[in-house]
Amino acid sequence: MRTGEELPPLEIPITRTLIVAGAIASRDYQDVHHDAELARQKGSPDIFMNILTTNGLVGRYITDHFGPGAVLRKVAIRLGAPNYPGDTMVLTGAVETVEDGTATVRVVGENGIGRHVSGTVTVTLPVREAADARDARDARDARDARDARDARDARDARDARDVADAGDAGGAS
Amino acid sequence: MRLKAYEGRPAAVGGVGKDPVNEPMIRHWCEAMGDTDPAYEGPDAVAPPTMLQAWTMGGLSGHTGRSAAYDELLGLLDTAGYTSVVATDCEQEYLRPLRPGDEITFDSVIESVSERKTTKLGTGYFVTTRTDVRVGGGEPAGTHRFRILKYAPARRRPKSPRARRPRPVVNRDNAGFWEGVGRRRLLIQRCGDCGTLRFPWLPGCGACGSPEWDTVEASGEGSVYSYVVMHHPRFEAFDPPYAVGLIELAEGVRIVSNVVGVPYDKVRIGLPVRLEFARFDNDGDDGDEGGEDGQDGELVLPVFRVQEGGGN
Repeated sequence: MRTGEELPPLEIPITRTLIVAGAIASRDYQDVHHDAELARQKGSPDIFMNILTTNGLVGRYITDHFGPGAVLRKVAIRLGAPNYPGDTMVLTGAVETVEDGTATVRVVGENGIGRHVSGTVTVTLPVREAADARDARDARDARDARDARDARDARDARDARDVADAGDAGGAS
Repeated sequence: MRLKAYEGRPAAVGGVGKDPVNEPMIRHWCEAMGDTDPAYEGPDAVAPPTMLQAWTMGGLSGHTGRSAAYDELLGLLDTAGYTSVVATDCEQEYLRPLRPGDEITFDSVIESVSERKTTKLGTGYFVTTRTDVRVGGGEPAGTHRFRILKYAPARRRPKSPRARRPRPVVNRDNAGFWEGVGRRRLLIQRCGDCGTLRFPWLPGCGACGSPEWDTVEASGEGSVYSYVVMHHPRFEAFDPPYAVGLIELAEGVRIVSNVVGVPYDKVRIGLPVRLEFARFDNDGDDGDEGGEDGQDGELVLPVFRVQEGGGN
């Protein structure tokens, strides 16, 4: 896994059942998450998903992708366009950093009316993923070391040539 | 308002989770989220970290440990007309896994109250709280920063919950058509010189240019010549998605109209349809001040119903 790697998108149909089940599972009994009539009275066209459900879905998206053993450390999200029933939210993600077996992933969820959620998840990778990331880092370090050596060799060669040139110039004077 | 004074004051003191971390609530959460991570089940189960706030929720019977300062702040905003609330941000950090049996305690502080902001939802104030969740005797389990917008809903809707349908623009050239619709008749113009039928209504014949015309009444038989499904943009008077049909009448002219009687996604080219007249906005509370069309708030429009056996 590398910085910039994109996660496959996850499509989540926003059903009335999901909205209500998520609200109740998160112990959120605000009427706008289960009562369409009262939601309308408050200026919303319908019930809409609560932030805790969005948070849970974002967390699931990340752990689903990295597989068993992945552990969430931080989830920070901001909501925009509400998730109304009948819509579909598509979650996408891109790896921002990988360090010492921990990755940060930028997550965005778009629905039919705009960007429902954007945020960043910090996740400790399962051992295998972490090992892959370490291998990738080691490979990069090795490459960097080789590049540095090549650069040094090139510089030494140039210096040697410069010295030789200076000698030639000296010989001509 | 004296809102900034609430920054730094407690929002909840000595809050106690109503239930210890437990398997049934974990399972219900996982079912709702569609989360099948094996870490959340079995003898070594941990709770999904994103449940952090759920363990502190008051549920139907309300919050425990909520401070007077927080209630005061929300009350102040309510009184000032900022009665609606929506959560905008949630930032959680998980310090140790929660397992069935863990007893939850929490304290919460009002971190900030914003200046007055105008958003798409309306004008209001962002209130940010930070909650420290502990387990057992006081070991930190996680922190939870939560931002809500307390706002006065933007007034954009009339008194009826759904806006009225746009009214037709009636002018000299199409008045005869609308007069016909008022009598539940769909009238097609016919050229007084060459006899060509035309629709929609126009002052002259497209075939020969003659301004002379009379009308023929449509039989009402027709078929879907083409259609589109409207999803966006939304208008309050309409309920997307819905199908807009281009109906070819038996007489040969075409009319744009609604296709009714089947779901929008069952409309197909070639479906046989029959004319009927539908009434809209007939709830009587439109308060129409007698527009030039002289209608009393009710709108009658020709629509086309899919015939029996169609739309399969």
